[in-house]
Amino acid sequence: MDTTVFTPLTGLAGGLLIGLSAVLLLFANGRIAGISGIVGGLLAPVRGEWLWRLLFIVGLIAGAALYAVVTGDLGVAIQVSWPLMAVAGLLVGVGTQLGSGCTSGHGVCGIGRLSQRSLIATAVFMVTAGVTVFVVRHVVGGGT
Amino acid sequence: MNAGMARNLVALMAGLLFGLGLAVSQMVNPAKVLNFLDVAGHWDPTLALVMGGALLITIPVFRFVLKRPAPVLDGRFHLPSRNDVDVRLVAGAALFGVGWGLGGLCPGPAVAATLTSPGSILIFVVAMLAGSWLVSRLE
Repeated sequence: MDTTVFTPLTGLAGGLLIGLSAVLLLFANGRIAGISGIVGGLLAPVRGEWLWRLLFIVGLIAGAALYAVVTGDLGVAIQVSWPLMAVAGLLVGVGTQLGSGCTSGHGVCGIGRLSQRSLIATAVFMVTAGVTVFVVRHVVGGGT
Repeated sequence: MNAGMARNLVALMAGLLFGLGLAVSQMVNPAKVLNFLDVAGHWDPTLALVMGGALLITIPVFRFVLKRPAPVLDGRFHLPSRNDVDVRLVAGAALFGVGWGLGGLCPGPAVAATLTSPGSILIFVVAMLAGSWLVSRLE
C-alpha cells in the first residue's frame, strides 16, 4: 500500500479541467461526458454515433500521454495483483452498464444537472467503494 | 467545416481536456484513489477536490447551457430521459463501487492510462469492456 500526500491545488486544477471538458461537450455537442457511456457506445456501434466517441477516447488517452511527456511520469501506482485487477475491471464494466454511468457520467455530469438518479447512484458507489476498501485493508488486511 | 466535422473536433478537444484533468489531479493513480476511499487509514482527501472542482463548473454552467433550446452544433441535447430510481440503478452503482474500491480505477482513468501505463491496467480495461458487453448482450 503506497501512501500519498494531500495535493489540493493540482486536485482542484484537474477537477476544473474535467468540468470544462464536460461543459464544452454539452454546450457544443449536447452530449454527456460520461466515460462508461461513451466507451459503451463504441462496443455497440450505431451509424453517426461512433466517430465522435472514438475521437473523445483518442483525446482522453492523448491528454494523459501529454501530461506524462511533459512531467516525465503519469504517476500510476497499481495497488493490487493482476487477477484482482481483472475482477475489479469486470465489476466496473458490469456495474456501470447496469447502473448507466460511472464517476464522470453520474458524479460530474449527472449531479451537474441535479439528476436524482445520479445523486443516488453516486452516493451508492461512494459507499460501496469505501466499504470495499475498509474490508480489504482493515478487516482482511488486518489494518495498518 | 460542416457541423459533423466540428462536433468531432469538439469531442477530440473535450477528451483531451478530460485526460489532462485526470492526469493533473492524479485521479489516474489508483494509490491516490484508494487512499481517498480509505477514510479509516492514511486518508488523502485530494479526490474530493477533483470532484468538487468539476462540480464547481458543471452545476452553475449546465443550468445556463440547458436553458438553450439546443446545443451549438447539434439539433438537440442527448440527455438520459429516465427519472425513476430502480433496483438496476442501485445494484449497478453498488457493483461499480466494489470494483472501484478493489482496484482504485474507474472507467475514465483506466482508459486514459491504457497506452501510457499499460500492464495490468490493460487487463482491467479488457475485463471492463467484457463486463459491459456482457450486460448489454443479456438485455
